[in-house]
Amino acid sequence: MNWLALVFVGVIAFALSGPVGMLGRRRENGWQWVSAGVAVGGGLCGLVAAFAVLLGTLTESLSLPAAAPAMTLDLRVGPLSAFFLIPIFAIGSLSTIYGLGYWRQSRHPRTGRKLRLWYGLLIAGMAMLTLCQNSIDFLIAWEMMALSTFFLIITEDQKPAARQAGWVYLVATHLGTLLLVALFAILRVVSGSFLLRPVPPGQVGMGLQTALFLLAIVGFGLKAGIVPLHFWLPEAHANAPSHVSATLSGVALKMGIFGMLRVLTLLTARPPAWGFFLLTLGAVSAFLGVLWAIGQHDVKKLLAYHSVENIGIILMGLGLALLGEAEHQPVWIVLGMAGCLLHVWNHGLFKSLLFLSAGSVIHGAGTRDIDRLGGLAKSMKITAALFMLGSLAICGLPPLNGFISELFIYLGLFHTMARLPILSLAAAVLAMVGALAAACFTKAYGVVFLGTARSNFRRAHESSPTLWIPMCILGAACVLIGVAPSLVLAPLMHATATWSGQTLPALGGLVPARTLSMLGVGLVIGIGVGLVWQRNGLRQARIGITWACGYIAPSKHMQYTASSLAQMLLTALRPLLHQRRHEPQISGVLVGPSQFHTVVSDPVLKDAVEPIWRRLRFTLARGQGFQKGSIQNYIFYMLLILLALLAFTLPLAMLWRLLF
Amino acid sequence: MTTFIGICLQVALLALLPPLLLGIINKTKAGFAGRRGPPILQVYYDLLRLMKKNVVISSTTTWVFLAAPLVSVVSVVLAGLMVPLGPTAAPIHFTGDLIMFAYLLALGRFFTTMAALDTGSSFEGMGAAREFTFACFSEPALFLALLVLVKLSGALSLSAMLLPASHVRIGSTASAALVLIAVSLFVVLLAETSRIPVDDPNTHLELTMIHEVMVLDNSGPLLGAQIYASSLKLLILAAFLLHIVLPLNPALVGRDWGLMLVGLLVVAGIIGSVESLMARLQLRFVPTLLVAACLFSGFGFLLIL
Repeated sequence: MNWLALVFVGVIAFALSGPVGMLGRRRENGWQWVSAGVAVGGGLCGLVAAFAVLLGTLTESLSLPAAAPAMTLDLRVGPLSAFFLIPIFAIGSLSTIYGLGYWRQSRHPRTGRKLRLWYGLLIAGMAMLTLCQNSIDFLIAWEMMALSTFFLIITEDQKPAARQAGWVYLVATHLGTLLLVALFAILRVVSGSFLLRPVPPGQVGMGLQTALFLLAIVGFGLKAGIVPLHFWLPEAHANAPSHVSATLSGVALKMGIFGMLRVLTLLTARPPAWGFFLLTLGAVSAFLGVLWAIGQHDVKKLLAYHSVENIGIILMGLGLALLGEAEHQPVWIVLGMAGCLLHVWNHGLFKSLLFLSAGSVIHGAGTRDIDRLGGLAKSMKITAALFMLGSLAICGLPPLNGFISELFIYLGLFHTMARLPILSLAAAVLAMVGALAAACFTKAYGVVFLGTARSNFRRAHESSPTLWIPMCILGAACVLIGVAPSLVLAPLMHATATWSGQTLPALGGLVPARTLSMLGVGLVIGIGVGLVWQRNGLRQARIGITWACGYIAPSKHMQYTASSLAQMLLTALRPLLHQRRHEPQISGVLVGPSQFHTVVSDPVLKDAVEPIWRRLRFTLARGQGFQKGSIQNYIFYMLLILLALLAFTLPLAMLWRLLF
Repeated sequence: MTTFIGICLQVALLALLPPLLLGIINKTKAGFAGRRGPPILQVYYDLLRLMKKNVVISSTTTWVFLAAPLVSVVSVVLAGLMVPLGPTAAPIHFTGDLIMFAYLLALGRFFTTMAALDTGSSFEGMGAAREFTFACFSEPALFLALLVLVKLSGALSLSAMLLPASHVRIGSTASAALVLIAVSLFVVLLAETSRIPVDDPNTHLELTMIHEVMVLDNSGPLLGAQIYASSLKLLILAAFLLHIVLPLNPALVGRDWGLMLVGLLVVAGIIGSVESLMARLQLRFVPTLLVAACLFSGFGFLLIL
């Protein structure tokens, strides 16, 4: 069986799913189902192939002639790329199914077809990215992914917020691509070929390798959303349609991580400073990401900041693995890399689940503002239960999958104690991040789903099965990895060994997978039996009202809101935040209605990127005269630049001799 | 055989001892105040009474409210099975159980705060906000203390970490580090079990309470479960602390069990004394106290680097 071909079928199916859907009329749903069928069929092919490659530790490669001269399309699928292909195809397919109910063609006649076109290209681009062995192909796939993301963010381009988010994203992604072009150009010069091969160790000095490393971290970090390169992320993920946000957050960010892993396999130097740098960067991202999330009032923006946090946790694992390579500690490599990779899967699962549930809330209740919601657990039972599951998983609480990957990273950090104990301080940071995440999700779930409705939004209703079936599948995967971690040990080991290229100690010997399963099952059964027993006992329970010190008519305004819940924590951590408070002015004897609200804005965007951007625009405005808007002018500019380059590369004397 | 007896003893203690600690705390406080106070077994009577009572459930609540007391009890019991109460290894011990331990306590807290928000009451929301805010500061203090113990013992399991901690030679640098983390863990214990100076379990003013106000709407068996879970948490954290402080000797198992039992009662007495002698801190200073606990643990960590 040619698994690579099967993966390729998946890529083609996703790329074609958009055009197929265009055959239908603007207000008909039929062709949307055909389009989804094509995509999901391709996704299943891709999943089967990826699992086969990953579990069988196979490597298959293929070289196709390309249209451009002296170029080939070099593809290879191995355990590491298969590891990343699995979330791409799985979450891509599930989000497509979700889109059938969430972004129905008949309800979105203007945007439905173009959304599916770009969505298919996004998934196809990401899948291609994991296969490319040639830097030119890699960059083409990268841009395919990056540009389709832009069009997906501005799906609702009638909204100024979406357009704004789209522009910020476009600038950020181009900046990243620029650095990647530089990175691959240097690699081309060093290795003498566009093929992605390890640089020859003797010829390339430490300085150049470190420069390449930094280019990769910044270039791919802009995509992954590491602090302080995350500034485009929260708005972009908040403004895209929810199933697109799920894919962007759950999968597309991980392509940045994949890029880093890929480039690290090309570099041969491993100074400890690299690992230390990544570990620190990860800890800072995780901490600041969750801190900024707590102050958010928009449920999708809150989730987007949690992506910054989780990318930080993934990076901590990667940093630990790099340090393991530098210090020749195979145990650190295994635990760090396995934690990093498993968190890539886990974050994909629970973050997509949370975004899809948030989409279901938006669909049912019509707003993203946490402070307007409340009491949805009664009208949207399934969504509420699944959001709770996702919250438990993202906080790393047992017995769900988030706990398992965080446990790997914790154990790896504890293992550094014997040699470099200072690294283990990162475990304390991770603990605080966990507690802050729990606080944030208590707030999010508590305010959105519990209590009573905080405003008179239109009557909320449970979403259709096309929405909650994909969510249930994601939730089931979270539980499965959580209670049976031994299932993922083999795939993790294969991918880790492929990345590191060394013989490593088995993961099964380092983590107590069976004990974890038993405890997880014990916890679930204990609580389950308790609930059944309790239900029998509660038959005669009296129903009353909430105790409010004898007040007999509690009102919705008496409840805590998202702002008031977070207020104490934000006050305690004020030096680290950029919080603006809008306090009520109380004057006179008869006080009128007044409002209090807080805004936690992103310090990187507000205090660094925007001022620089304004100054840059002011400076560049002087060159606006060149921007004529007619194609002839631009062709003329191109000619001028070509001539300039020619004059620069060919010595002038040679040019002289050639002409006369 | 000793391990089997140890496990039986541990399970029995986990099941039966916790309310007694609350009784001792209350008795100590009564003594300081010059009252006779409730009988030392009063909490057992209270629990039995609550178990027989019917419950009142607020119409605002959902399944989260009903599940929370259960999740608290189950997760704290599981966490309790990982901490050795005596000189023998705990019934459950495996590589990394220290992380499971911390996260199980977090799971219980997550559901308790969630249930508080489920009632839609401003008082309970207030309690929840305070509880998770303080947890954010006590968690790093706990983990820094765990790091010190990992470094000293070279083990990654609570049983293997705590048992040798009691044989550190007095006067060594390690013993200084242990003193520092013991102080830190005592503060964490006071915060996690909602005692003065962090929280006042006896006050009748909802505005000033933390844990008590979160369970304000619980009644009957639901309230009983919450009280039991919080007293069990007190027992576990006290045992954790005692392992760091007490000089146990692995050769004398019988003596060590006695020492641990007496130690637990003494810790309860000390908590009662602290409650009688100190005023509750202003709420805005509680994070400062917990940051101080982090610093104590952190300095302990620096000492053994």
